[in-house]
Amino acid sequence: MLKPAGTWRDPESSLLLDMRNLRIEATVHPPGDDPQNVVIVDDVSLTLEKGRVLGLIGESGAGKSTMGLASMGYGRGSMRITGGEVFLNGRDILKGGVHELRKVRGSEICYVAQSAAAAFNPAQRLMDQVVEAALHHGIATRAEAEKRAVALFRKLGLPDPENIGQRYTHQVSGGQLQRVMTAMALCPEPDLIVFDEPTTALDVTTQIGVLAAIKDAIRDTGVAALYITHDLAVVSQVSDEIMVLRHGKMVEYGKTRQIIEAPRMDYTKALVSVRSLEHVENQPGAASLLSVNDVTAAYGRAHVKVVQNVSVQVCPGQTLAIVGESGSGKSTLARVITGLMPPLSGSITFDGRTLASSLAERTKDDLRQLQMIYQMADVAMNPRQTVGTIIGRPLEFYFGMRGRERDARVAELLDEIEMGRGFMNRYPAELSGGQKQRICIARALAAKPKLIICDEVTSALDPVVANGILKLLLRLQKIEDVAYLFITHDLHTVKAIADSIAVMYRGEVVRYGPKSSVLARPFDAYTDLLLSSVPEMEIGWLERASSRGSAAQSAS
Amino acid sequence: MGTSLANLVAQRIAFGILLLFAVSVLIFAGTQILPGDVAASILGQSATPQALANLREELGLNDPAIVRYFHWLGGVLTGDLGTALSSRQDIASSLGPRLWNTLFLAFWAAVVAVPLAIILGLLAVRYRNGPVDKTISGLALASTSLPEFFIGYLLVFLFAVKLQWFPSLSTVYDGMPFLERMKAIALPASALTLVVLAHMMRMTRAAILNVMQSAYIETAELKGLKPLQIIRRHAFPNAVAPIINVVMLNLAFLIVGVVVVEVIFVYPGMGQYLVDHVSKRDVPVVQAVGLIFAAVYIGLNMIADIAAILVNPRLRHPK
Amino acid sequence: MTALVLRYGARIPIGALIGLIACAAFLFIAIFAQWIAPYGLGEIVGDVWEPASPEHWLGTDNLGRDLLSRMLYGGQTTILIAAMATALSFTLGSILGFLAAVVGGWFESILSRFVDLLMAVPTLIFGLVVLSVLPSNLITLVLVMGILDSTRVYRLARAVATDINVMDFVEAAKLRGEGSGWIIFREILPNALSPLVSELGLRFINAVLFLSALSFLGLGVQPPDADWGGMVKENKDGIVFGVAAALIPAGAIAALSISVNLVADWILNRTTSLTGGRGDA
Repeated sequence: MLKPAGTWRDPESSLLLDMRNLRIEATVHPPGDDPQNVVIVDDVSLTLEKGRVLGLIGESGAGKSTMGLASMGYGRGSMRITGGEVFLNGRDILKGGVHELRKVRGSEICYVAQSAAAAFNPAQRLMDQVVEAALHHGIATRAEAEKRAVALFRKLGLPDPENIGQRYTHQVSGGQLQRVMTAMALCPEPDLIVFDEPTTALDVTTQIGVLAAIKDAIRDTGVAALYITHDLAVVSQVSDEIMVLRHGKMVEYGKTRQIIEAPRMDYTKALVSVRSLEHVENQPGAASLLSVNDVTAAYGRAHVKVVQNVSVQVCPGQTLAIVGESGSGKSTLARVITGLMPPLSGSITFDGRTLASSLAERTKDDLRQLQMIYQMADVAMNPRQTVGTIIGRPLEFYFGMRGRERDARVAELLDEIEMGRGFMNRYPAELSGGQKQRICIARALAAKPKLIICDEVTSALDPVVANGILKLLLRLQKIEDVAYLFITHDLHTVKAIADSIAVMYRGEVVRYGPKSSVLARPFDAYTDLLLSSVPEMEIGWLERASSRGSAAQSAS
Repeated sequence: MGTSLANLVAQRIAFGILLLFAVSVLIFAGTQILPGDVAASILGQSATPQALANLREELGLNDPAIVRYFHWLGGVLTGDLGTALSSRQDIASSLGPRLWNTLFLAFWAAVVAVPLAIILGLLAVRYRNGPVDKTISGLALASTSLPEFFIGYLLVFLFAVKLQWFPSLSTVYDGMPFLERMKAIALPASALTLVVLAHMMRMTRAAILNVMQSAYIETAELKGLKPLQIIRRHAFPNAVAPIINVVMLNLAFLIVGVVVVEVIFVYPGMGQYLVDHVSKRDVPVVQAVGLIFAAVYIGLNMIADIAAILVNPRLRHPK
Repeated sequence: MTALVLRYGARIPIGALIGLIACAAFLFIAIFAQWIAPYGLGEIVGDVWEPASPEHWLGTDNLGRDLLSRMLYGGQTTILIAAMATALSFTLGSILGFLAAVVGGWFESILSRFVDLLMAVPTLIFGLVVLSVLPSNLITLVLVMGILDSTRVYRLARAVATDINVMDFVEAAKLRGEGSGWIIFREILPNALSPLVSELGLRFINAVLFLSALSFLGLGVQPPDADWGGMVKENKDGIVFGVAAALIPAGAIAALSISVNLVADWILNRTTSLTGGRGDA
């Protein structure tokens, strides 16, 4: 449903924002070279009516945040608007220069940033910052603005709304700061708010509350919004319409329901179908490959226990997913299994033998059979080594392969990860994010391991790329008969890949078993919260989840 | 606020004092326990054994090093810096006026250099990547590579010899009228200013740039605030600590530059006093002056840290 | 990205080119001073402070020696001593810094506290204190300069190695079972090289300036040998009479340090563009 860019609009009409044929360029300064111009947004148009919400979606580098800021006439860093017009309430705000823009910013249009923790001045009380725009533009007196702010704090579900404004940034949690920032944007009663990934940095169980608060606030105040995110499920909860962007160009633009239920363009289809990857669970075999027996691990002299009495098992050739939010101890558990961090108590059995607790005491064969893949493929590879060296080193080290034999095997592995031998002499810096992660997978496979620990291997990647990696891992599992211990915070990834699941919360396993039974009712309280917090790509999910949540809360 | 902040400051002061003691050990050790025998190096190779023995006796070299250290330290703590070997004069009383001269010179250099560096740093940030910034940064890079005496003699050559505006030697004496004294120190103070200016400016630029690139500055811009309001309410309060830090580090740097500059202009300060007595191998003087320089240096660093503690909102308003 | 990397290799910015040419010229002087100097180091060939002439391109100095010849010999001395001191500070500082980062524990604590202590006193002041009791000769100079300066190299090397040591690719090598030889030489060192190499340039400049300051104060290179700092001292009295002879060695020091600076800057930029670029940035 493409909207034709209209001609001149009557200011009395319901049209609030009209961005036409926008082109945004940036100057990059490569060290030791002449500055170069890069096009960030190329000929994108959009319109927004009063009180409506438009979602802007795309992967990193799609230009969605740039578009959002352009609606305020603002370019981050060296970015500048080099073509097109931005009409707000019927006026072209780019025409009047920076003085006109300053009148619009903070009064008619406000901004909510991804990281509120960085977006607040650490040296000022929150209240002073929340009312600043309203005072600056003469919209309200200090007393009125503060009263309004407190009302907004209350509406957004902040604790102690009367006094929270007296605090400083570092005295308030991340989820709360995001709510305070929303209140700050609402305080001058603008016509439009730009939400720039407001919940992306939050844990999933925190995200749902903030999302619901934002949605309620939008509905109750009648403000219009541009909602920018990379998560289609999130945006489909709040927006009336969605625009899909890629590489600075518009891909598809339509009603939310149409985009998620009947996408037209291939890229949108790929985005929507990312979640549809399903893996039929294997029945647990009798023997287990890895078993973690009652492991407790702690950091520092104070013995802060980050993993407590954990027991889980991985069957040969199968996948155990360990799910948890930040601070649940899931990555620490991986460090214990690999021997990087000897546990306080408990033991680890692998392939019928007990593994030494510290890395130094493990045999070369123990190390070979247990490989690891990291979240940030960028830093998991030595930037000074070629792909050939990176994949070839385990072959040399474990199997004594040299020269042509080694190169032949590296080429084979490169074919296996669907990249091809042409990459042999490339350096990591010359690869894309997805390619880097594939090289790390090949390096792990080169050791012919029985188990690979995958630590959030897809969470730094864009959804379509991540999906490709998951498919590859599933395919390789069949070919190589390798088991995975898959650590993630993302339940969709779990559904896509796991045979069994362990849910971790504050260092303990709160639920463990085959995928089908872990994901079946009745749930324990935390798993219930976790599962119900993961956004589903369906309209109305947020309301249902929130009412369930509040019903559960009032019941308890 | 209150106790925890006071605690931190007290801790930092205690650490400074501890460090000063450690440095006094280091300076003492540097002159007493190093392989060269002090008496032998003072008298040279032609010294008779009798003369050596006498000097060793006089210097107390026959006592164990620890005894000598505490003897020396006890003296320092009670204001007795000992007697100069070369002139037989009391070190503390000859140091007094020289210390004052040096502080006078350093003070006026700082009065010019600090505001100038901050203004240039701000200008460089304001016109970042433009010709102003590039010129300032280029000159700064060049002048950090210049030796102090190049700047000093260039100034002398231009302003004392060619233009004859100022004297080439900075003679000062007791009871000198203020304006004459200012004229006498004009060149050395300018040289010192130029020595620290580039460094201070580059660091100020970096510190301000760091603050100006923070997300909260963007937030302020998106509220429609004017540049001056942004600087006053959001940039300045957060830039104070890094700028104080820059200033203090460079004042410490200035203290070192003063040694060479004083020699260039034959200015009767601590630096010249130190250099003279290093040549004469007058160990008690060298120890005393070295310790005073080190104390000033440590003190300035301590002030920088304390300022950073005092303006940090996390520490001022603990959870 | 590939294209970007290749272009850096082929193109040298103008500043770096000037720096490289000047550095080469200085190096040439340092090596061949004996053969290109028209007169001897201590040879008195004319009157005091003669102006420049076809026989004496830079004139003569305070004793009537040929200034150009002394500049060439002086450059040799300055560059040689500064290079030896830099070599010492670098070897000492980087070996200890790397060891501290990899070994850790009490070894690192003791060494780091001692370095903190040394750095709590300005280098020039501590240098003067120590030189007041040590014999004035070349070995003392190199040792004092090298050891005092190694504190800065130590801090940098330790910081760089510690940063690299905790990166995932080093952890991956440890998990593979690699020995510390492979980890230090194949994983850490290649990545630590670019900051260290550009630091090498800065340390050398620092050594040149430090040596010149000491010689200027009369505590560095002793007559009859000459270095540039000492030549400034010898000729400084001429300034008052309008003789710029002292400014020539002072300017040479400035030129040397600026040209090394330009090259160091370029190396730092060039190498970071190889490693620092993340493919999907």
